[in-house]
Amino acid sequence: MNFIRFALGSIKIVFKGSRVYYAWLIFLFLLIVWGGFGYAGQLSHGLIKTHMRDSVSWAFYIGNFTFLVGVAAAAVMLVIPAYVYNWKPIKEIVIFGELLAVCAVIMCISFIVVDIGNPLKFWHMLPIVGTMNFPSSMLSWDFFVLLIYLLINLFVVTYLLYCIFYKKEYNKSIVLPIVLFSIPMAVAIHTVTAFLYNALPARVFWNSALLAPRFLASAFCSGPAILLILFQILRKTTKFEIKDEAIWRIAELMVYAMFIYLFFTLAELFKEFYSGTEHILYWKYLLFGLGENKEIVVYSWSSIIMGVIAFFIFLIPRTRKNLFTLNIGIVLIYFSVYIEKGIALIIPGFTPDVLGQIYVYTPSMTEIRTAAMIFSLGFLLFTFLSKIAIAIIFDNYNIDSLKQKVKIKKIA
Amino acid sequence: MEKENSRRSFIKNMSLATFSALALSGCDTKALDEFLQENFKELSKKEKDRIIKNLEAKYKKQYGKDFHVSAKPAIDRTLFGYALDLSRCIGCRKCVYACVDENNQSRDPQIHWIQVLQMENEKGIDFAHSNIHYNPEEVPEDGHFYLPVACQQCRNPQCTTVCPTKATWTEPDGIVVVDYNWCIGCRYCMAACPYGARHFNWGEPTVPTEEMKTELHYLGNRPRKKGVVEKCTFCIQRAREGKYPSCVEVCPVGARKFGNLLDPESEIRYILENKRVLILKEELNTQPKFYYFFGI
Repeated sequence: MNFIRFALGSIKIVFKGSRVYYAWLIFLFLLIVWGGFGYAGQLSHGLIKTHMRDSVSWAFYIGNFTFLVGVAAAAVMLVIPAYVYNWKPIKEIVIFGELLAVCAVIMCISFIVVDIGNPLKFWHMLPIVGTMNFPSSMLSWDFFVLLIYLLINLFVVTYLLYCIFYKKEYNKSIVLPIVLFSIPMAVAIHTVTAFLYNALPARVFWNSALLAPRFLASAFCSGPAILLILFQILRKTTKFEIKDEAIWRIAELMVYAMFIYLFFTLAELFKEFYSGTEHILYWKYLLFGLGENKEIVVYSWSSIIMGVIAFFIFLIPRTRKNLFTLNIGIVLIYFSVYIEKGIALIIPGFTPDVLGQIYVYTPSMTEIRTAAMIFSLGFLLFTFLSKIAIAIIFDNYNIDSLKQKVKIKKIA
Repeated sequence: MEKENSRRSFIKNMSLATFSALALSGCDTKALDEFLQENFKELSKKEKDRIIKNLEAKYKKQYGKDFHVSAKPAIDRTLFGYALDLSRCIGCRKCVYACVDENNQSRDPQIHWIQVLQMENEKGIDFAHSNIHYNPEEVPEDGHFYLPVACQQCRNPQCTTVCPTKATWTEPDGIVVVDYNWCIGCRYCMAACPYGARHFNWGEPTVPTEEMKTELHYLGNRPRKKGVVEKCTFCIQRAREGKYPSCVEVCPVGARKFGNLLDPESEIRYILENKRVLILKEELNTQPKFYYFFGI
C-alpha cells in the first residue's frame, strides 16, 4: 500500500512541468514515432531493411549496445572517486549515476531485441523456460550480468527514493553492501561485453587481450561525460550542490582514462603495423580503406580527431577549468566514443569477411530510425526518473505533500 | 528426466500463458503450439511425431504438394567426412546451384551455402586476394584455381559454443545442425564461424512452388522462415538414407568425395591415407571434417 502511494505520487510528478519540459517531451515523442515507424518496417519485412548482410552480420545495433554498456558501467563507477574524495553530495551522485545506469541497461537490452531475427523467441535464452547455453556462450553471460546489474541498481535507487519520500532513515546495512557490489558488477558488464567479441578466434580484429581494458578506459570517458552535463543542469535548476572542484576532479579522472585509452590503442597499433602480418588488413580498412572502399574512413577519423581535441581540452588546466571549453570537450569525447563503439569497433571485425571478401557497410535509414527510437525512449525514461528524483530529493516532495493536497481538495 | 520435463513445461506454461495469449490472440492454436514448442533435442519421440505431422499438413496447405518430413536420427558407427580435390575443381559452380535446389535455399534474397573462391595460382590459398564474383565466359581461367567453401563440419565448432540458446549442435554422426524453430536469430554463430558457412534469412525466403523439394529432413532442407540461420548439413536428408550429398552427385569432374570416416574401406579414408591433404585455417583448432586434397 505504501509503495503504491509512492508509485502514484511519482507518476503525478511526471506530468507536471514547465513549457520547456513539455516541449522536450514532445520532441522526444515525435522522434519515437518517427523511429517507431522505421522499426515497424523492419518487423514486417525482416532485417533485410538494415544494411547488414551475411558478410557484415552484426553492425550498428550491436555497436550501440556496446556503447551503452559502457555508459551503464561508468555511471556507477563514478561512485568510487565520489567516495574516495569525499564529495559532499555522494548520495545524490549514487542516485543519479544509478538512474542513468538503469536507463542505459534498458536501452542495451532494447538494442539486442531489435537486432535479433525473432524477438518473440527471446525466452529461448532464459534459464528453466528456455535452454540457456550457460556457461559456454558469452551472450548468456552478458544477458545474465546485465540483468543482475539492472535489478540491483533499480532496487537501490527505488529504495533510497522511497525512504526519502517517507522521510525515513534508509538502512545502511542494506544499501552499502549493494552499492559496493554494484561497482565490481559495473566492471563485469563491460568486461563480459568485451569478451563477447574478444573470444572469437575467427575475428582477429577483436582477438586481442587489450580489448577489454580498452573498453573500460573508453567507457570512463563517455559515461562521466553524460553525468557532468547532467550535474551542471541540476546545479542550475535545483538545489543540487556540486562544487566546481568536484567537476574538475571528474574531468581530471577522464584525462587519465583518455590517456590510458590512447596508450592502449597505440600499443595495439604498434604491434599490428610493425609486425605487419595479414591481420593488419582490418586496421587498414578502418583507417585508410582498402582500394576503392573508403566508406568508413570518415567515421574513424572524425572519431580520432574529436577524441584528440577533447584530450587536449581536458589535459590543459586552463581549458579544463573553464566550463565553456570543458563542455565542448565533453560533447567531443562523447561523440568520439559513440562513433568508435558504434562503427569503428564492429565494422572492421567483419570487413574483409572471413573469406577475404569486402562488403561495404554503412547504417541504413531503418537502422538510424530504430536507434533514434531507442535513444529517445531511453532519454524519455531518464527524464521521467530524474524528474521524480529531483522532486523527491530537492523539492521536498514527500508523503506529506500528497496528504496536504488531499486535505485542500476536501476543504474546497 | 520426466520430472524435469514436467516441471519445465509447467513453469513455462505458467509464465508464458498470459504473454502468448496477448501476443497471439487471433492466431489459431497451431501457431500458439509452434510458438511454445521446445528445443528439438528435448522433445520426446511422441512429440516429434506430432510436430512432424503438423508440419507436413502445413506445407501441403502452403505449397499444394505432398511432403515427407523425416526426423531420422544418426546411424550408429557413422562419422561423415568430406574431401574436395583442388586439382580437379574447375569453378563451374554447378555444386552451388545443385545445393540451392536440393536444400530449398531462398532464391530471393539469394542464399548460397557453397561459396566458390577464385584464387591466383601464384598466391596459393590466400583469402585476401581471392574473388567470389568471378564471371568469365568459360572456366577454368588460366593462372587460377578454385576453392569451394561450405560448412567445414568442425569437430571443435565455435558456432555451437557461442549459441546462447543451444539451437545448434553436433549430431552423433558429426553433422552440425540448426533447429530453425529454436534459433532466435542473434547471429552470434555467424560472427564465430571462421568459414562464412552460416547464412541468415534477412528477409522472408522465397522458393518457387514447382521447384520446392518434397523429401525433407527436420534438421535439413525443410522450408525456413525469415530471421533464422541456416547452413550446409551434408544433405542430411540424403546422407542418412545412404545417398551422396547433391553437390557430390552433380560435380562434373568428380572433385567431391564423401563417406564414413569410421569405415576403413571407404573412399574418404583412402584419400586421407594416400593423398596430400589440407584443412582450412588449421591454426584456429576447429578440426574440420572437410578436407581439401590434391588428387593429381
